[in-house]
Amino acid sequence: MIAFLLRRLGVLIPTFIGITLLVFALIRLIPGDPVEAMSGERGMEASRHAELLKEFGLDRPLPVQYADYVYKAVKGDLGRSIVTQEPVMREFLDRFPATFELALCAIIFAVVIGIPAGILAAFKRNSVIDYGVMSVSLAGYSMPIFWWALLLILFFSVQLGWTPVSGRIAIEYDPQVVTGMMLVDTLLEGDFEAFRSALSHLILPTIALGTIPLATLARMTRSAMLEVLGEDYVRAARARGLSPLRVVGRHALRNALIPVITVIGLQVGTLLAGAILTETIFSWPGIGKWMVEAIHRRDYPVVQGGILMTATIVILVNLIVDVCYGIVNPRIRH
Amino acid sequence: MPLLEIKNLSVHFGTPERPVVAVEKLDLAIDAGEVVGIVGESGSGKSVTSLALMGLIDAPGRVSADACSFDGRDLLAMKKRERRKLLGRDIAMIFQDPVTSLNPCFTVGDHLTETLAVHEGGSRKALRARALELLRQVEIPDPERRLAAYPHQLSGGMSQRVMIALAIACNPRLLIADEPTTALDVTVQAQVLELLLRLQRERGMALMLITHDLGVIAETAHRVMVMYAGQVMETGTADDLFTHPQHPYTEALLSALPENNVGRERLQTIPGMVPGAFDRPAGCLLAPRCQYAQARCQSERPALRGNPPCQVRCHFPLHADGIKE
Amino acid sequence: MTNSSDNTAVADPGTLSPLNPLNPITPPSPLAELWRDFRRNRGALLGLALVLVFVFLAVFANWVAPYSPIEQYREAILVPPAWAEGGRMQFLLGTDPVGRDMLSRLIYGTRLSLLIGLVSIGLSMSLGIVLGLTAAYRGGKTDIAIMRCMDVLMALPSLLLAVAVIAILGPGLINAMYAIAIVQLPSFVRLTRAAALGELSRDYVTASRIAGAGPLRLMFIAVLPNCLAPLIVQATLGFSTAILDAAALGFLGLGAQPPTPEWGTMLSSALEFIQSAWWVVSLPGIAILLAVLAFNLMGDGLRDALDPKLKR
Repeated sequence: MIAFLLRRLGVLIPTFIGITLLVFALIRLIPGDPVEAMSGERGMEASRHAELLKEFGLDRPLPVQYADYVYKAVKGDLGRSIVTQEPVMREFLDRFPATFELALCAIIFAVVIGIPAGILAAFKRNSVIDYGVMSVSLAGYSMPIFWWALLLILFFSVQLGWTPVSGRIAIEYDPQVVTGMMLVDTLLEGDFEAFRSALSHLILPTIALGTIPLATLARMTRSAMLEVLGEDYVRAARARGLSPLRVVGRHALRNALIPVITVIGLQVGTLLAGAILTETIFSWPGIGKWMVEAIHRRDYPVVQGGILMTATIVILVNLIVDVCYGIVNPRIRH
Repeated sequence: MPLLEIKNLSVHFGTPERPVVAVEKLDLAIDAGEVVGIVGESGSGKSVTSLALMGLIDAPGRVSADACSFDGRDLLAMKKRERRKLLGRDIAMIFQDPVTSLNPCFTVGDHLTETLAVHEGGSRKALRARALELLRQVEIPDPERRLAAYPHQLSGGMSQRVMIALAIACNPRLLIADEPTTALDVTVQAQVLELLLRLQRERGMALMLITHDLGVIAETAHRVMVMYAGQVMETGTADDLFTHPQHPYTEALLSALPENNVGRERLQTIPGMVPGAFDRPAGCLLAPRCQYAQARCQSERPALRGNPPCQVRCHFPLHADGIKE
Repeated sequence: MTNSSDNTAVADPGTLSPLNPLNPITPPSPLAELWRDFRRNRGALLGLALVLVFVFLAVFANWVAPYSPIEQYREAILVPPAWAEGGRMQFLLGTDPVGRDMLSRLIYGTRLSLLIGLVSIGLSMSLGIVLGLTAAYRGGKTDIAIMRCMDVLMALPSLLLAVAVIAILGPGLINAMYAIAIVQLPSFVRLTRAAALGELSRDYVTASRIAGAGPLRLMFIAVLPNCLAPLIVQATLGFSTAILDAAALGFLGLGAQPPTPEWGTMLSSALEFIQSAWWVVSLPGIAILLAVLAFNLMGDGLRDALDPKLKR
C-alpha cells in the first residue's frame, strides 16, 4: 500500500511541476507585450515600460523568474489581481467555498441517483427499466449543460416560481462567514429560514452541474456490474445458496464499485470545469465565474492562479481516489 | 430410493425458433454415498447438466425435465427460496477454476463464515471456530493465518482446498465437483483428488465427479456415465466400462489415454470435433467421427438401450453379449 | 465456431441435417462484419441517420437554407415559429432579435459545428497518433517525457484547459478549434500508445522487423492499422465532445464571435430574451443536443461492434 502510494506520488510530482511550468509560460506565450498585458496599459512610454518590466520582475532571466514564481506559489503568494489589486490567493479562498459547496452537492446528487440507477439497469438487463435508464443517461451525457441550466430556470423559476433564479441566498439573510458554505454557515447560526433560502438557491445549480456526472456514473456502474455478474465467483456464490440480494448487493457490488470509485474521482475535474458554465448562468460567486470574468478582463495573474489552484485540487483529489482505490481493492492493499 | 433422480433432463440455449441443444434427454440417478463419474470432451454437456441441477442456468437457457428430485423432494416444483436453502447445505458444488471462483474482495474467513451464517447461523466466534476447523479438515497449513488471507494470496491448489472447505461447510449429502483438478498443477491434482475422496468416504457424501480425464474416474468412481454432444452415450459400473466398453466412443476415449499408448509412436486420437450448435448430424451424433459407422448410423439416431446400470446408445455395440435386448 | 473445419470430419454429407451448410462459408469481410454488428444496434442506426442528416445540411447549407444566416429583416424581429401564434410561413422557425431567420442560422451552424469537430479532431488525432507511436516505439525517456506532458494536460479539467488555451490565444473560432484539439490530445496519445504497445509484442511485428522494415514502415504500415479500431471509436466520441466544448466556449463568449451563426454563440447572445422568445434559446440548444447525441450513439454503436470482447 505504501509502495503503491509512493509510486503514485512519483507520478504526481512531475505532473505538478509540469503544471507550474505551463502556468508560468502562460503569460509569456501571450502574443504581444506581457508588460502591457499585465499592467492593462496600452501604448505606454519607454521609461514607464522599463519601470513595469522591473516591477513585474520580467527583466530577470527566465529560470530565475520561474524559480521565484514557484517559490512564491508554494508559500501561497500568487500575485495580485490587476483589476482589484487584491492578492489572488485571497480572492481564490473567498470564492472557493461556494464552488466546493456546489460541487459537493452535485457529486452527492450524481452518486445517490446514478449508482442505484446503474445497478438497477444491470440487474434488470434488457428490460424496460434498463432501456429507460440508459436512454435518459445518454441524453444527460450529451446535454449542453449551459442550455440545460437555462431550461431548468425557465421551468422551475420562471414558470413555476419554485426556486430563485440566481445567487446563493436571498438578500435579507447575511450569515456570518465561518466555512464559506452557506448551508453550513446558516445552520451554525441556527437560522433555518436562511438555511431554506440557501438550499433553494442550491437546487437548480446542483441539478445542472450534477447531470453529466450522474449520467456517466449510471453508465459506468451498469457496465461494471454486468461485467462482475458474469464472473465465476458470482456463480459460485449463487451455488452456495446465497440470496440474489446478497449476491448482487455484497459480492457483485463490492467488486463493481472499484472502477466506479475511479470514475467518481475523474468526475471531480468535470465538476470543476462544469462549474465554469453553471456558475456563469446562476451568477454563483465561485471560482468558475471568477476565472471567466478574469479572462474577459485580461486579468492574467488571476487566470494563472486560478488554473494552478484548480489543477492542484484535481491532483489532490486523484491522490485521494488512489488511496480509496487501495482501501477497497485488497489486491493493492496487500 | 436414490438420493438424486433426474429423468429426461434437457437444456436448450438460443432462441425458441432456433434452439441450441446443450443436454438432451438425460437420465441420472445417484445413491447416497455413491461416487458417479461423468466423462466427456469439452462441450459434451457435463457442466451444463450440473449447473441445471443447481438451478444456475439463466435466461436465455431453458431447462426441462420430467423429474428432478433430491431426497424425494421435487427440485423443479420447489419455490426458489426453498431450493436456495438446499444449495450450499445439502447440495454443494466446486468449480473448475478455484482462483476466479473466490471473490477477490473477501478473505477466506469472510467466505466461510458467510456461508455458515446463511445456512446455520451462530455467533461470530462460533462461526470463526467452525471456519478454522473446516480449513484444518481440508489440510490447509497454518489455518489461523489463512483465514485472514485474500484469494490473490493463495495458490491454485490452496484455493481449491478453500473451495472444498466451503462446499463441505454444511455437511452436504451430494457434492458436485466440476473438473476439480483441471486448472491445477499436475503435482497438486493428485493431492486434491485424494482429499476429495477421503472427505467423501468419511462423511458418506454422494459425489458427482465431472471430468474429461478417464484416468481420474477409473480409480475413484463406482459408476460412470459417458457423455457426448449433450447425450448420454454409455453408462455402466466402472469395472465393466473400463474392461468391456460397449460404445465405440468409450473405446476411443480409453485408447486415447497415454497409459494405453505406451510404446506406440503416436498417441491415438479421435479425429474431428464435437458437432457444433447448428451441425448436429441427423443420425448417431458420433457417426461422422466413428470408425465403425455404417449406413444406418448416418440416418437413424440410436436410442439408449439396456438396463441400468449398463446402458449404451449404439446400433452396433462392441461387446454385444453384455446387453439384453 | 467455424463450420468449414467441422465439415472435414463428415463422412457422407448427403445425409446430414439441412442446417449443416454443405459448402464451407468464406468468412465475411471485416467491413461487412462491422456493418452487420452495427446494424443490430437500433440506437447506433439512429445516430448514424442523424449524423448523415447533419452532414447533408452542412454540405448543402447554401442550397438548403432559405435565407442568408446574417441577413437582417428589420420588419420581422422576433417572429415566432410558423406553428406558433403570430408565426409566419416564410420564417419556419421564427427570427432572432435582429430579424435573422433562425432556420438558416441553425443550418449554417451545423456547418460550423461539424467543421470545428473535423478540424479539431483531425489535428488532435494526427498529432496524437504521431506522439503515441513515437512513445511506444522509442520507449525509455522519450516515452516518459511524452506521457508526463499528457499527464499535465489531463490534470486540467477539459473545459478549463480550453479556457486556458483561449486565454493565451485570445477568443475566436479558429483558436477554439486549437483549444479543443489540445484538450483531446491526451486521449489519442494514450490510446495509440497502449494499442501500439500491445501490437509491438506480437509475432508479426517481430517478423516484419526481421524482414528489415524501418521504424516508420513498421509503425505506420504494420502496427497502426491494427490500432485503428479504438481510435475510430475515440474520434467519433471525441467529435461529440468537440461540438459540446465549442458550443460552451461560444456561450462563454470565448469561441466564435457574433454574428457568426455558431450554436453556442447564438444561445448566449439571445439570453435576455429567454422569457419573451423561447425559440431563440431553445432551438440552438436542441440542435447542440441532437448533434452530440447523434455522435455519441454512433460512437457507442461502433465501440460495441468493434469490441471483440462484447461479441457473442
